[in-house]
Amino acid sequence: MSDTPITYVRDTMLPQQAPPTSEVGPVRWARENLFSSPMNAILTILSLYIVYTVISHVGPWLINGIWDADSLSECREIIAAKGDGHHSAACFGVITARWHQLVFGYYPSELYWRPVLALLVFFVGIAPVLFPSLPRKLFIVSMVAPFLCFWLLWGGSIWLPISIALGFGVGVVAFKLLSVSVSSLVAIIGAILLPLIYWLYLSGPLAAGLASIVPLGIEFVPSRSFGGFMLSIVIGLSAIVISLPLGILLALGRQSDLFIIKTCAVVFIEVIRGVPLIVWLFTAQLLLNYFLPPGSNFDLTLRVIIMVTLFASAYIAEVVRGGLAALPKGQYEGGDSLGLNYWQSMQLIILPQALKISIPGIVNTFIGLFKDTTLVVFIGLFDPLGIASAIRATTEWNGIYWELFLFIGIMFFISCFSMGRYSLYLEKKLQREHR
Amino acid sequence: MVELTQERAVDRSQMQVSDEVAIEIRNMNKWYGTFHVLRDINLTVQRGERIVICGPSGSGKSTLIRCINRLEEHQAGDIIVDGTELSSDLKNIDKIRSEVGMCFQHFNLFPHLTILENCTLAPIWVRNTPKKEAEEIAMHFLEKVKIPDQAHKYPGMLSGGQQQRVAIARSLCMKPRIMLFDEPTSALDPEMIKEVLDTMIELAEEGMTMLCVTHEMGFAQAVANRVIFMDQGQIVEQNEPTEFFNNPQSERTQLFLSQIIGH
Repeated sequence: MSDTPITYVRDTMLPQQAPPTSEVGPVRWARENLFSSPMNAILTILSLYIVYTVISHVGPWLINGIWDADSLSECREIIAAKGDGHHSAACFGVITARWHQLVFGYYPSELYWRPVLALLVFFVGIAPVLFPSLPRKLFIVSMVAPFLCFWLLWGGSIWLPISIALGFGVGVVAFKLLSVSVSSLVAIIGAILLPLIYWLYLSGPLAAGLASIVPLGIEFVPSRSFGGFMLSIVIGLSAIVISLPLGILLALGRQSDLFIIKTCAVVFIEVIRGVPLIVWLFTAQLLLNYFLPPGSNFDLTLRVIIMVTLFASAYIAEVVRGGLAALPKGQYEGGDSLGLNYWQSMQLIILPQALKISIPGIVNTFIGLFKDTTLVVFIGLFDPLGIASAIRATTEWNGIYWELFLFIGIMFFISCFSMGRYSLYLEKKLQREHR
Repeated sequence: MVELTQERAVDRSQMQVSDEVAIEIRNMNKWYGTFHVLRDINLTVQRGERIVICGPSGSGKSTLIRCINRLEEHQAGDIIVDGTELSSDLKNIDKIRSEVGMCFQHFNLFPHLTILENCTLAPIWVRNTPKKEAEEIAMHFLEKVKIPDQAHKYPGMLSGGQQQRVAIARSLCMKPRIMLFDEPTSALDPEMIKEVLDTMIELAEEGMTMLCVTHEMGFAQAVANRVIFMDQGQIVEQNEPTEFFNNPQSERTQLFLSQIIGH
C-alpha cells in the first residue's frame, strides 16, 4: 500500500511532440524492412543478386536492339558485324517494319485516318462520362459518337448507322408511351422488343431504301481487313462501353420484385457466365446466322462484339449487384420516403453509391475483357496475336518470337495498367469528395 | 431522458387541433410471414395533433408508422392519409410519400451528396421546383434547424445530432403536411438529443401534425396531446400525456413506465 493520494487533477494538457530521429528516415526504413534479421539480410542480398543477373542479361539485349532491319537475316548480319560475338541483341526491326500491320491489320493504308479519327471521336465522346466537370452539353457528342465511330470504321452508306440509331429512338418512344398508357412492366418489355424487331426486319431495308434515294457514303471496309491492336481496341472498347449500362440494367433486374424480369435477368446471367467465352465466340462465328432472318449477312466482327459484350455484361451485373447489396437498406428507404420513384432513386441515390463501391470490380472485369479479346484469334480474326503469327509465317521474319510477344505484352500492359490507375484515381477522388 | 420543460417554456398557442382528419387507420393488420406484428390497429389522427407512440421493443410501433407511408405493406384493413387510401398503386404511394415527411433512427442521409443537395434533391425531382428556388427553400429550412453554415459539407462530416437535424430539414423541404419520426434520438449521444428535440418542439409549436415513436418522455409531456402505448402489436392504452404518465390504467403500461422512469 502506498501513500499516494488517489485524487489527481491535470492542470496542463501536454502538447504534441516530434518523434525521436531514429524513428524516421530511409536508414530506419532499410533497417526495418531489408535487414531486420540475419535471415532477412541474406534474403535481401540474394534478391539483389537475382535482380542484377536478370538485368545484366536482358539489359544489353534490349539496349543493343536493332531497330532498322527489314528481315531477320539482315538483323542478324548487323548484330554480327557490330557486336563482339558474346552478346545477343533484340531484333526490334520487326516492329518498325511491320508497325502498320501490328496496329491496323490489313486495313487499307490510305484509309488509316479513319480508325485514328474514330478513336479521337471515341475519346471526345467518353470525356464527359469520365470527367464530370465538363459541360453537360457534351453528352450529345457521347450519344452520336458510337454511330460516327461505326461509320468511320466500316464505312459504307451513312444511312445504316442512322437507321440503327433510330432503333434506340423507337425504344425510348415505346417506353415513354407505354409507361404512361399501360404499365411500367409492359413499357420495359416493349422498349426491349420493339427496337429488336425494328433492327431485325426494318432497319436494313430502310437504310437500303434511303441509300438508293440519296447515296451518301464512304468506302466500305470489310471486317476481315480489321486487325492488330485496332481490332482489339474496337472489340474491347465497344464491349466496355455497352456492357456497363447493360450490366447495370441486369443487376437491377436481378433485384427486381417483378418475377418475369428477375427470372430473365437471372437466367441470362447464369447461362452467359456458365459457358466459356471461347464457346460463345464459336457460337458467334458458326451458329448466330441460323437465328437471324434469312438473307441478313451479319458481320463477323460485329457478332464477336455482341458476344463479348453480353459476356462482359453478365460479369458486370454481378459486380454491380455486390455494390447494390452493400448499401444499407436505409438508403432505399430514404429515397422512398421522399417520394422519389424507382428510377429516380436508382439514378440519384442508389447507383452513384453502388457504382462507387463497385469501381474496382468493374475495372477488373474490363481489364479481363480487354485481354480476352485476344481469344478471337481462334475464330480466325487477326488480333495482335494473329498478326504476330502471320508475321512469323513470312520468309523475312520466320523464326522471330521474343520481340513480337514482348511488344504485344507491353502494349496490353500499358492499356490495362492505365485502366487500373484511372480506377484508383476515381476511387480516391470520390473518397475525398464524400468523406 | 431530457427534462425539457424546465429549460424552455413550450409555446402551445399554435398547437391547435382541427377537426380535419389527417390519418385514418381502420382495422389494420400486418404479418411478417406468419408472425402477426400489427393486430387490429384503429387510429384517427386529426390535423395538428402531436402523437407520441411508445412501447417495448418489438411491440410494432416502428412498423405502424412505417405503414403510414408504405415503407411496410399492410395486409388487411385501410389506411387513409390525407384523403388518399394507401393501395398498391405506385402513383398513389409516391404522392402520399411526398406529402408525408419521415425521419429515421439512422438519419438515412445520402452520403454522396452535400447537405444542400440532400435537401434540394426531392423538391427538384419530385416537385419540379427550379434549382435556384429549391436551394432557397433548403437554406430557409437549414437556417430553421440552425445549421446553414454546414450546407456545403457532406453528411459524413457532421455530428449525429446535426445529421438528424439535416434529415428533418430535408423532409421539411417537401413542405409535408404530416411528419413521422421513427426513434429520431435513439442513435444519438445524450449531448445531441436535446438539439434534435428542440427542433422537433419548434415544429410542434408551428402546428405540424406529428407522429413520433420515441422514448423521450420529457418530449411527450411537453408537446404531445396524445400518448399511445403499444405492446405485442396492439394499442394497449392511449391518453393525454398528464393522465397517461400520472395515472396509467393498464398493468402493462404501469410496468413499462416504472421501468423507463424508475432509473
